[in-house]
Amino acid sequence: MPPAILFLLAFGLSLAGWLAARSRAWAFQRAAPQVRLHSLPGYHGWYVALWVAVPAILFAVIWTSISPGMVSQSVLADPAAASLPAFGFERDTIMAQARDVASGQAQGVFNPVAKALIPAFQAAMTRYQIIGLAATLVLAFAGGAFAFLRLRPEFTARTRVERAIMSLLLIASMVAILTTAGIVVSLMFETARFFGMVSPIDFLFGTHWSPDPMSAGAPDGHDYGIVPLFWGTIYIGAIIAMLVAIPLGLMSAVFLTQYASPRLRQWMKPLLEILAGVPTVVYGYFAALTVAPLVRDAARAVGISSASSESAMAAGLVMGVMIIPFVSSMADDSIAAVPQAMRDGSLAMGATKSETIRKVLIPAALPGIVAGVMLAISRAIGETMIVVMAAGASANLSANPFQSMTTVTFQIVAMLTGEGSFDHPATLSAFALGMVLFLVTLTLNFIALRVVKRYREAYE
Amino acid sequence: MSVEVPQVQVNPVAELPGGGGPDKMSAHHVSVFYGSKQAIDDVSIDIPLRYVTAFIGPSGCGKSTFLRSLNRMNDTIAGARVEGEILLDGQDIYRSGMDVVQLRARVGMVFQKPNPFPKSIYENIAYGPRIHGLTNAKPELDNIVEQSLRRAGLWDEVKDRLNDSGTALSGGQQQRLCIARAIAVDPEVILMDEPCSALDPIATARIEELIDELRGRYAIVIVTHSMQQAARVSQRTAFFHLGKVVEYGRTSDIFTNPREERTKDYITGRYG
Repeated sequence: MPPAILFLLAFGLSLAGWLAARSRAWAFQRAAPQVRLHSLPGYHGWYVALWVAVPAILFAVIWTSISPGMVSQSVLADPAAASLPAFGFERDTIMAQARDVASGQAQGVFNPVAKALIPAFQAAMTRYQIIGLAATLVLAFAGGAFAFLRLRPEFTARTRVERAIMSLLLIASMVAILTTAGIVVSLMFETARFFGMVSPIDFLFGTHWSPDPMSAGAPDGHDYGIVPLFWGTIYIGAIIAMLVAIPLGLMSAVFLTQYASPRLRQWMKPLLEILAGVPTVVYGYFAALTVAPLVRDAARAVGISSASSESAMAAGLVMGVMIIPFVSSMADDSIAAVPQAMRDGSLAMGATKSETIRKVLIPAALPGIVAGVMLAISRAIGETMIVVMAAGASANLSANPFQSMTTVTFQIVAMLTGEGSFDHPATLSAFALGMVLFLVTLTLNFIALRVVKRYREAYE
Repeated sequence: MSVEVPQVQVNPVAELPGGGGPDKMSAHHVSVFYGSKQAIDDVSIDIPLRYVTAFIGPSGCGKSTFLRSLNRMNDTIAGARVEGEILLDGQDIYRSGMDVVQLRARVGMVFQKPNPFPKSIYENIAYGPRIHGLTNAKPELDNIVEQSLRRAGLWDEVKDRLNDSGTALSGGQQQRLCIARAIAVDPEVILMDEPCSALDPIATARIEELIDELRGRYAIVIVTHSMQQAARVSQRTAFFHLGKVVEYGRTSDIFTNPREERTKDYITGRYG
């Protein structure tokens, strides 16, 4: 109960503060109509509301995260805790059981030691709840009173509220960055454990991948070579798929922006973007049931007898179609954003439409186009379902696109959902794979940014 | 409201005073429509070689529209339609089979706002010669670039930084770069759509000098909002109003002795 109610309370109080401050600002205005308020009454309201809500909510958040620890501490000080096991797993379990009963999450418990702890838990929880509630209220009132007493006709509430909005936006943009950092950190520990069992050299440069989740004893590093996986990923996602997606996406963007009539564009663009909304499982069916047999038959017809019915080609082709909208949508936007004056200038020189597109529009739109391609590559590299269904699971290191291949993401899924125990190197290898994949895409993005910076033709 | 358009007596063969030559382009009874809206109504004008012809008139009077119909830039606007005939060396540029690419190589254009391509200064100039296949040899191309920049009076300012971006130049330099770009394909006519409206007075003066130098080789048509500019740089002036040409004649006549009351009102600043 406490967190939700604390937040509601904070919001209620801040609403009250908002109303009070606003009417106080109006009162200033009425008392001295010849003096102009520095800020509109609404800003005074927001200023006080922020002072009520922000400290109270911050405290509530911190309190909810530290109070369970304080509850446990005070329960351990209770005489009933003397009969607890000294430390370790059992002790934690008993504590957890007692806490669950005390907070109403469990019906009852049989362990007498745990039972004895229940009243202590209940008492401690109530105590800390009351403390938390009181402190939150005091903080809200104190903040509100502090802000309210600062209100004057000449008080610069607007500037301060604007500053608060800026910090809010800053926090919002930090969330994505911190999440990325969090992902890296969480991968790092498991990766480090994995590299404790398998040498990074074997892992990064080995050309054979066949981890056995059931094996016992020290793992054989030669079964953990990721080169075939990365080759499969690059071959399917960044080569075959891009050979399909970049030309088709770019050409459809050029057609839609330069040649299509507004009416045609109006219904073709959304239709194209529907492609991006189709679940990848559906693409997987399509790849496995329709495209893969076609590819195999076509390859056999031209004399490639080794063509398998699960092939990198089938997966890559379908993946390429899937990411056309990523390329075309970004390219479309950035071509359409090139000023009309550039087009006119080129046409007035006697350039044809296609010369203008090739030599002026596309170079000027390059940053957007490359961004779209990078997004598409990241998407293709991270794609799993199509690979599962159409490319197979065998880690082949081969340039033959009609053979079955596998990718990093597919193996991450296979290792994590396998039967191996959690601390088996085969399972842990999933984290190392994720880490390497993350670093590879990061590097790709970084390189692409540099390339764009170097070659872009800025028209501003 | 129908206005008698006085035909100016332009001698089609003999040399005109001030170095003017025979008519390079002539428009006969030209009307331009945007969809159902008529922007130009029955305009007839001759454009002599080695003269600067100025189009003046209030905003929205159609002078830019008419200018853009002279090299068929209106083709790029959906729903635009041209009636009447516009002759270039006696041949209708709107006839079927007319190659628009060829036409625009012969009738170049400079726009209101400088619009250099986001490429190097060198590439900006080399763009036209390359697409028209004038040359692919590097020394020859270098030569064209240098000559064009020299004629546009920009060479001395940029010769040491031909690889810098054209967009890094100042506004006046950018506009001269655009003029150099236009003359690099060796056109016969240069159309200028308010080429100085985005420039400061010093850059404007520089462009006006340049126009005067260039008219020795080309027929130049300039659209301008500035009456002083028209008086300074042109030999012929056409006054447009509401899509029609109210008066067309020698610049000196238009500014000192206009035949039409409305021309007089406009140039004396009574409206417009």
